[in-house]
Amino acid sequence: MLSNQSVAEEIVKKFGDDVYDFEEPFGLLTLTTTREQIIPMLEYLKNHSDFKIGFLTDITGVHFPDTTPATEYCVVYHLHSFIHNFRIRIKVFLAEADLHIPTVSEVYASANWMERETFDFFGIIFDGHPNLTRILNMEEMDYHPMRREYPLEDPTRQDKIDALFGR
Amino acid sequence: MATDIKIVEAPEGYEGSGFFATSFDKVVGLARSHSLWPLPFATSCCGIEFMSTMASRYDLARFGSERPSFSPRQADMLLVAGTIAKKMAPVLKQVYLQMAEPRWVIAIGACASSGGIFDTYSVLQGIDRVIPVDVYVPGCPPRPEQILEGIMQVRELTHNESLRRRNSAEYQALLASYNIQ
Amino acid sequence: MTEANIAKTNSGTLVKDESVQYVNELTTLNLGPTHPATHGIFQNVLTMDGEKIIAGEQTVGYIHRAFEKIAERRPFYQITTLTDRMNYCSSPINNMGWHMTVEKLLGVEVPKRAQYIRVIMMELARIADHIVCNGILGVDTGAFTGFLYIYEYREKIYEIYEEMCGARLTTNMGRVGGMERDLSKEAIRKINEFLKTFPPILKEFERLFNRNRIFMDRTIGVGGISAERAMSYGFTGPNLRAAGVDYDVRVMNPYSSYEDFKFDIPVGQHGDTYDRFMVRNEEIWQSLSIIEQAMKNLPEGPHFADAPEYYLPPKQEVYRSMEALIYHFKIVMGEIDAPVGEVYHAVEGGNGELGFYLISDGGRTPYRLHFRRPCFIYYQAYPEMCVGSTISDAIVTMSSLNVIAGELDA
Repeated sequence: MLSNQSVAEEIVKKFGDDVYDFEEPFGLLTLTTTREQIIPMLEYLKNHSDFKIGFLTDITGVHFPDTTPATEYCVVYHLHSFIHNFRIRIKVFLAEADLHIPTVSEVYASANWMERETFDFFGIIFDGHPNLTRILNMEEMDYHPMRREYPLEDPTRQDKIDALFGR
Repeated sequence: MATDIKIVEAPEGYEGSGFFATSFDKVVGLARSHSLWPLPFATSCCGIEFMSTMASRYDLARFGSERPSFSPRQADMLLVAGTIAKKMAPVLKQVYLQMAEPRWVIAIGACASSGGIFDTYSVLQGIDRVIPVDVYVPGCPPRPEQILEGIMQVRELTHNESLRRRNSAEYQALLASYNIQ
Repeated sequence: MTEANIAKTNSGTLVKDESVQYVNELTTLNLGPTHPATHGIFQNVLTMDGEKIIAGEQTVGYIHRAFEKIAERRPFYQITTLTDRMNYCSSPINNMGWHMTVEKLLGVEVPKRAQYIRVIMMELARIADHIVCNGILGVDTGAFTGFLYIYEYREKIYEIYEEMCGARLTTNMGRVGGMERDLSKEAIRKINEFLKTFPPILKEFERLFNRNRIFMDRTIGVGGISAERAMSYGFTGPNLRAAGVDYDVRVMNPYSSYEDFKFDIPVGQHGDTYDRFMVRNEEIWQSLSIIEQAMKNLPEGPHFADAPEYYLPPKQEVYRSMEALIYHFKIVMGEIDAPVGEVYHAVEGGNGELGFYLISDGGRTPYRLHFRRPCFIYYQAYPEMCVGSTISDAIVTMSSLNVIAGELDA
């Protein structure tokens, strides 16, 4: 059985200063790393003789406009080991000026569409992705709607009077 | 032999031995309203309620809609059930344009009528932004009985429609307002 | 064709006209977005060599309704209505999964009776989802009868939902902290009647399909995927179990008292359409067994947690005591603040691991809510699964994957 403590120690031993901010919100080991180390880390966790963390549950993005520019965007990876029933969450923070991160679609085939969705919503560019285009929104859309500065409603609609809807 | 089968009432007309004279649009209206072939354009949750309407409990086939046609060329009424996103609107318009006159459109559900609970940047706020609609069935999702009521309203419209309506100036103006030739 | 060529064909020999250039061309076939056989609107542009599929290109997003953006503007109890509309064939599972996520964040402990009622509703929803999938798989191979017979039992499940929450399809069932009402006598009677009358019909349905020569020929060996590729593509749920991996969130991370129930996880071998059909059928049997166990061992007690800040106090208290009135007002006006935190909770949906990643910043609405939708993740594998097969196989594969458009696009 793996414990958060033992896995965290192993990861620190391997990656040293490139992993930081270890937390355990609701029992799920969470750590932050840099974008250069994300592919080595995922491969390390997958190929480790003991961990066998071989399932990518989810990739998503979060936008924090109210913090420092260096941590404005966050890409969050959730991983799972079926054999040991162990979950782990890895975060990578990016700045808007340099919104690039290498793609992990070589390591996990499911990352393909998950990264396209994150690009569609936040504008985060995944370097090396085979087909980084919009997936859920229309191709002609020119902004990334999940960013906090954009409104939910379509401002050009004519039939809904904002005043009556409390907006 | 069953004697309680309900037969449709004949329209008013002049009857004699071996002939029956009535006006053409009454007969055509009678025939059309009892054999409307739907085109189920089911996109989301209302589509599942539509499937319930077609299944055995709330049978739609007893109203003459035995053959749901998935080809627009052979369908009479377009049942739009579910949310139409802006990405889907051109497809919906294409399907509508391919239908032959006379054609009726039912907007099933709140999303098709007005956008429903999804007042967002990606959802079309009602299909009457792109195609003319005859009957709106509100609900989220509407019960099969409500969908049947909507279809019965279309049958009313079909029964009483004049044969000249599709060529009239008013109808052409309606289509022109949607940029449909 | 010239006169000479026509004369030759009349005698029975096949003639190739030398003046015509025969070119082996690839055809492009557009399957969707509106197509009678796709269960929802998504598009596949298939490149075909005659009848064989060489490649496929997918377009999704035709029903993108921006759930995640809407969720940033709604208090927690209003998001339940959004979760309904993701996998709308089995709404209670989505609702309960969301409530459990919020309860995890708030630290609310739900009493046993409410947990058992949640299990009953979730298993009924799973049965309803598999009824639709297997029935429609039959229709796609041409067998309409099975669908008609088994769909009546989905109507019976709708009657049970109506007893519980008033709605048929998009149920908005349960509340943060338990259920909104206890199982009424009528609901208990209907569930027991369902448990008695459905198994014979399911046996008939199985007799119609399981060893049917035509059905087996159409589905065995069609749309197969190996266990390694399935795991790499992020498959979960019945599709992964048909490929041979016994991953079930109810067993691996039990929630809502699933550890009290004894049930098996059906697993297939080849990951093809026949295995997916059989796995879903067997899961219906297992769900029926879980509901029986839950009905037999239903504990007594309240159906809601003692958490007046989050669960509406009973009306008699609201009319009598001041604190209850204040809590009622605050909850209804949406002025309850959630604690700061981030939580990921997963439930076993009809199609696999349905996850909710919630980040709260201490306000009354989530800061960020992400739905880990199983359909979106495993639909990527569809071109790989149908390359090399014919169109009819591609249709049957898509039908057996149970792709639900609401969950695909959210």
